[in-house]
Amino acid sequence: MKIVVCIKLVPAITDVKIDPETGTLIREGVESEVNPFDLYAIEEGIRLKEKHGGTVTALSMGPPQAERALRDAFARGCDDMILLTDRKFAGADTLATSYTLSRAIRKTSLYDLVICGHKTTDGDTGQVGPGLAEWLGIPHVSYVRKIIDVDDRSIVVDRSIDSSYEEIEAPLPCVITVTKEINVPRLPSLRRKIESRRMPLQVWASEDLGREGRFGLEGSATRVIKVYDPPARPGGELLRGDSQTQVRQLVNRLKERRIL
Amino acid sequence: MSTIRLIKDKCTGCGLCVETCPFGFITMSDNHASIGVGCSLCGACVEACPMEAIIIEAKERKADLSDYRGVLVFGEQEGSVSAVVYELLGKGRELADKLEENLECVILGNEMMDEAKEIATYGVDRIYLYDSPTLARFRDDPYVEILSELVEEIKPSVFLIGATPIGRSLTPRLATRLRTGLTADCTGLDIDPEGNLIQTRPAFGGNVMARIVTPNHRPQMATVRYKVMKRAEKLPGHAGEIVVKQVREDLTDRTKIRKVLKVSEEMSITEADVIVSGGKGLGNPEGFKLIRELADTLGGAVGASRAVVDDGWIDYKHQVGLSGKTVRPRLYIACGISGAVQHLAGMQTSDVIVAINKDPSAPIFRVADYGIVGDLYEVIPELIRQLRSPGC
Repeated sequence: MKIVVCIKLVPAITDVKIDPETGTLIREGVESEVNPFDLYAIEEGIRLKEKHGGTVTALSMGPPQAERALRDAFARGCDDMILLTDRKFAGADTLATSYTLSRAIRKTSLYDLVICGHKTTDGDTGQVGPGLAEWLGIPHVSYVRKIIDVDDRSIVVDRSIDSSYEEIEAPLPCVITVTKEINVPRLPSLRRKIESRRMPLQVWASEDLGREGRFGLEGSATRVIKVYDPPARPGGELLRGDSQTQVRQLVNRLKERRIL
Repeated sequence: MSTIRLIKDKCTGCGLCVETCPFGFITMSDNHASIGVGCSLCGACVEACPMEAIIIEAKERKADLSDYRGVLVFGEQEGSVSAVVYELLGKGRELADKLEENLECVILGNEMMDEAKEIATYGVDRIYLYDSPTLARFRDDPYVEILSELVEEIKPSVFLIGATPIGRSLTPRLATRLRTGLTADCTGLDIDPEGNLIQTRPAFGGNVMARIVTPNHRPQMATVRYKVMKRAEKLPGHAGEIVVKQVREDLTDRTKIRKVLKVSEEMSITEADVIVSGGKGLGNPEGFKLIRELADTLGGAVGASRAVVDDGWIDYKHQVGLSGKTVRPRLYIACGISGAVQHLAGMQTSDVIVAINKDPSAPIFRVADYGIVGDLYEVIPELIRQLRSPGC
C-alpha cells in the first residue's frame, strides 16, 4: 500500500522556559523538532508498510529548514521525502495549508492512505487533517487510536470520540489522524540516520502545485491581527505550618473565593 | 502574493522586533533587522516596531459579505444537547445583540423535538431541527452535507461550534467545503466596530495569545472551548421558532460505524468544575486511589501528568497538558506534579490552582494560587477529613 504521512517542523516546546521574573516565554535559542504527534503518524505508516508492503512518503510544508523533519522521518523508516517550500506558502492558515498538501498528494499519483498527527503543538488546531481530506474528496477518521484491519479496499479503525470508542470502517483512500495511544514510536536507526543525509529529497514550489491565489496568506481566509503574551498569573501564596494548619488555611481561602 | 517587508531607511536597529518574534525568525545584521525565511506573517513585529519599518502587504479579495447575517450555533447532541451548546448560546446571544441580528441554532439527531423545545427557551430566535434515526449518531459525511446546505440557504455571518472531539472533526471539513475561515478552540469572541468577529485563542500551549479575524469570507467559523463562555439564561415567556427540516434519504455516508463501545460514565476532565491531578510524586500507581477519593469528595474528576500516563499508571484520557487535554476548571489541585511547561500549558488558565508538592522549588508553585509544601500522603487525607467534617 502507498502511504503518505504529513509532518511539520515546530518549535520545541520542551526547550521553552518561562522567565520567572515576568512569567513570559523565553524565546531565544528555541530549537525546532518534528511535531511530537507526527511521530505516531510516521510510526504507524512504517508499521503498516512492514506488515502489508508498500511505501511511506513523508510530506512537509514549511521553510527550507523543514528538510530536517523529513530526514528524521526517513531515518525512522520512511522511503521518500517531499518538501513543499516557497515564499508564496508563507502565512498559510489551515485552509491554505490543507490545500497545498492536497495538491502535493494528488501529484504523487496513486495513494491509499494519508496519516496525520491529530494536531500540532504550535498551532494546536487539529484542522489540517480533516481539511485535507475534504480537498482530496475522500473520507477521514479523526482520533484513531488503533488500526484493527486494512485490506485493498478499506480500513477498520478504533477511534475515541467524547465518552465512547467507535469501531469505524472507511473505504480507501482516506485520511486518518492518530493520537498518541496508537503506538510507541521507534527511534531513528544510526544507519538510516547516516543514509538520510545523502538521500535526495524532492522539493516542490507553488508553480509545481496548482492554482495561484490558494497558497499562503493569499489563500487564507483568516488573518492574525495580533499576537501577545497572555496575562501572567498573579503571585500565589505559600501556606505555612503543619499539615493541619496548611489545610485549614486552604479550606478557608477556597471558601472566601466561593469555590467551596 | 502577500509579503513582509523591512523598510531599511526606517529601521534604527533597535531590536524590538527580534524580541517580539514568537518564532525567533528575525535576526540583526548590519544594524538592521533581517526577516528569515519561514516567517508566518503573524504581524507581531509590525505592531512592535516603533518606526513602522516593517509592513505586511496583503493582496485582498473583497467579497460581497452583506448577504450574510445572524449567528448560528451548532447544537451538538449525544442523546441530549451537550453542555457546551448552552455556553455557545450565551455568547451567541451577546454577539447577535451587538450585530442587531438573530441568534439561531441547528440540531441534528433522532427524536430531538423535546430537546429543541427546551433550547428554544434560552433566548434563541430560531431552531433548525433535522430529526431522523439516521442522524442519531454523529458521522462526518452526512453532518457536513446537511450543515453546508443549511449555511448556503440561510447564510449566517457567524457560525459557532463547540471545540469538542465531534466539533473538531466535523468543522474543519465543513469550513473547507464552504471555503471559509475557521479558528480553533477560541477562548474569546467579540464584534469589532465594522461588524467582524474578533476571535481570541491561545497557541503554542497557551504561551502565546492570538487575535484572529476572517475579513473576506463568510460565515466566520469558530470552535469554542468549553467552560469559557457564560451559559445562556432561560428567558421566561420566550420560545424561539422551531423549523423542522427535511432530512434527505440520499445523504453521503462513506464511513460505517461497526461498533460503539461506551467508556465509563466517569466525568470527562474537560467538563469538570474541579480536577484533582496526580503525578510522579505519588510514588506508585496505587496513589491514584487517594487522588480519586479527594476528587470524589469535591465532586470532581481525576487528572494526571504525562509522566504517569506514559508509565501506564492511568489511562491517557486523564492526561492534562500539551499532549493531553487542555482544561479550565474552577479549581485545579496538582498533587505531586512538578509542573513542566507541557503540563502548565494544559491547566494554567484554571480559575484557582492549588499545588501540593514536597519540593518547594517545583515550577508548579509559580502558577499556583495556593501552595502547600509537604507530603501529599499527609496533606490529602487531612484535606479529605476537613472537607467531610460537619460545617464544611
